[in-house]
Amino acid sequence: MIYKRITLLCGHYGSGKTNVAVNMAYDLKNQFEKVAIADLDIVNPYFRTKDSAKEFKEKGIELICSDYAGSNVDIPALPQQIYSICDQKDKRVIIDVGGDDRGALALGRIAPSILEENDYEMLFVINCFRPLTRDADSTIEVMREIEYAANMKFTAIVNNSNLGEETKADDVLKSLSYADEISKKTGLPIKCTSVYNILYEDLKDKASDLFPLNLQKKIN
Amino acid sequence: MADKVLMKGNEAIAEAAIIAGCRHYFGYPITPQTEIAAYMAKRMPKIGGCFLQAESEIAAINMVYGVASTGLRVMTSSSSPGISLKGEGLSYLAGADLPSLVVNVQRGGPGLGGIQPSQSDYFQATKAGGHGDFRMLVLAPASVQEMADLTIKGFELADKYRMTSMILADGTMGQMMEPVALDYDVKPMPEKPWATTGTKMEREHNIVNSLFLQPDALEKSNLERYERYKYIEENEVMYEEYMMDDAEICVAAFGIASRVAKNAIVEARKQGIKVGMIRPITLWPFPTKVFEKAAEKAHTFISVELSMGQMLEDVKLATKCKGEYILCSRVGGMIPSPEEVLAAIEKANGGAK
Repeated sequence: MIYKRITLLCGHYGSGKTNVAVNMAYDLKNQFEKVAIADLDIVNPYFRTKDSAKEFKEKGIELICSDYAGSNVDIPALPQQIYSICDQKDKRVIIDVGGDDRGALALGRIAPSILEENDYEMLFVINCFRPLTRDADSTIEVMREIEYAANMKFTAIVNNSNLGEETKADDVLKSLSYADEISKKTGLPIKCTSVYNILYEDLKDKASDLFPLNLQKKIN
Repeated sequence: MADKVLMKGNEAIAEAAIIAGCRHYFGYPITPQTEIAAYMAKRMPKIGGCFLQAESEIAAINMVYGVASTGLRVMTSSSSPGISLKGEGLSYLAGADLPSLVVNVQRGGPGLGGIQPSQSDYFQATKAGGHGDFRMLVLAPASVQEMADLTIKGFELADKYRMTSMILADGTMGQMMEPVALDYDVKPMPEKPWATTGTKMEREHNIVNSLFLQPDALEKSNLERYERYKYIEENEVMYEEYMMDDAEICVAAFGIASRVAKNAIVEARKQGIKVGMIRPITLWPFPTKVFEKAAEKAHTFISVELSMGQMLEDVKLATKCKGEYILCSRVGGMIPSPEEVLAAIEKANGGAK
């Protein structure tokens, strides 16, 4: 896939942002030498980008995250290295932002620098199988709340509609019209439809812009 | 648009409560159940309900008392330390015979403990929710689907018996995501002629109270309540039996522990070990008779739990201490592995370990 220097992933709580972010970082690393993934989540103490720390190290991806992430110290904290995202312009960065408007608040801190540089994409991760974003209008409502909190506007949509490990190819196909409706109503293009890699073969002729995902597993 | 939705256990509880007709939620944030409050904060204003973040857990449970007095469905939720704070209110609810739903998504203890999952509030939920002689209906879900199902059931039972239903979940149940179907035929709420809904000058005042000035009257209210409890013990026990037909070893486990135990049992069966599981779904009333019957065939009982043998005591009581007993537990936020449970099963089978 084609990336700007900074790719921001935001969306409703539980839409699958972290899983998409981790996979995009791997994809980005195949294209560029200097790649970082930044965990800006201040909402969720459990499921974090840091869960894949070992894989990042093996692949040579820099992990920017709070020392407290995944440590059971249940306090919202940002890593001091977030300033390097904007300052070190030779590295490509995926930013995993926390869920909903509450999570996007953290983005406000670096939004001015990102906007000034203007080499970014802000992706709205959507999942029609989440109860509060089942239709286009409720999803767009969440989207507006996030934009307001982040002080930034989305530039594209990632359709990550899934039912966890029970997702079938049909579920993904059913979600396409939902993503299209959101795209039409907001004027935002659909960057990709992300699907578990086991469904990729089934779907590759039936949907465009598929992005295959490896499921991030939490290993203690 | 979809039949199933992907939900966190905490969200499933919140949505199921709304489906059950609950329009009043009072709570105070605490990990790992904060998503219940967050979900209610988003949903309640849209459906004419009331979400209120109270100044403390104590305030929240007393707000529950207030709404319950009017006969409406009401709930609060917290995690272990917060439930301790609610203890006084739980006792007052019992003393006033008020229906309510209280959720405990347990974390490691005692004290402030930690944010990882635990089942160490078993005693508190089943035996000592607060001061005085009283019981709560204690429901223990083992999947996100059951988080929703038992929330609906909890409201129905609470109204039927005018008492508190407690959902006793744990951090994993609260945090894990699974597909859920939320198609329910919710029974209409029963008449509540005792509720304080205004007399309209057409009837006597209803009084909701847990204070008795005369000890004989207080004794009478206790005895009546225990008649009700006896009926519940006969009629409302819920459990799942797994491979128990020929079981000579019986695993007892609920919630997340039962999911781990199932994996171990499948492995043990491959070795030809006759092992099964009784999974209590109601922790009170405890499935005493089911364990008693299992003891006719089973020589050893293994309690797999995230606590220091709290449920094991009930297993021993139910089986009248006739068998051998093994505790297989991890605590403090740790979860037993299928291998640890399998080792306990092999030990019970007289194996090398």
